[in-house]
Amino acid sequence: MIEYALYFAFCCFGLGLLFCLYRILFAPGVSDRILALDTMTVNMIAVIALFGILHDTTMYFEIMMLLAMVGFVSTVAYAKFILRGDVIE
Amino acid sequence: MSMIAEILISALLVIGGLFGVIGSYGLVKLPDQMTRLHAPTKAATLGVGGVLLASLAWFAFFGEHPSWHELLITLFLFVTAPITGLMIAKSHMHLSWRADELPDCGEDQNWATYGASAERSLVGNGTENDSTDRDMRE
Repeated sequence: MIEYALYFAFCCFGLGLLFCLYRILFAPGVSDRILALDTMTVNMIAVIALFGILHDTTMYFEIMMLLAMVGFVSTVAYAKFILRGDVIE
Repeated sequence: MSMIAEILISALLVIGGLFGVIGSYGLVKLPDQMTRLHAPTKAATLGVGGVLLASLAWFAFFGEHPSWHELLITLFLFVTAPITGLMIAKSHMHLSWRADELPDCGEDQNWATYGASAERSLVGNGTENDSTDRDMRE
């Protein structure tokens, strides 16, 4: 039963990544693209967590943690950059 | 016991996946930027939280030893999602509107992001080359 739920969740987050990709390619503004990239990071964390359950390994936790941190910092830096043209003031 | 755990984990996975796909679909479907900000920062974060809780339960019930890493990641995501939402909303406001185009927000107050500290904003306070700046950025 868990296996089917896993594959269902894989499909959901894969579809979510495709939606994000669409929004990155056809976005009306820059801030939309930042938002889509941030959502992509979040979805990717979920996919890695599912992959860890599927293969029954705890190896991916650090990767998820690092991806969460880097995604947050890069989103804030990018938003800051288009806000002021400067990341650190 | 293991049956209950399986049902719990499957339910968390399905709910998390549904929330994730709804959050990402909102990014495509919703009409303008400020509403589009709602979907990923709330629904997608909740979906990822559900999946990470499922992972926590899986390693607690079927793994060799329980681990609390997922809870850490979930907490981190839940703490950082509002901050990214705020930063993106701020940048969108500065790219789209000047301070006098925004709705009034009460006496003796201005929008915080257009306050005195925003004087160095590239878009908000120029008068002559304001429109060219905006066009270049969008």
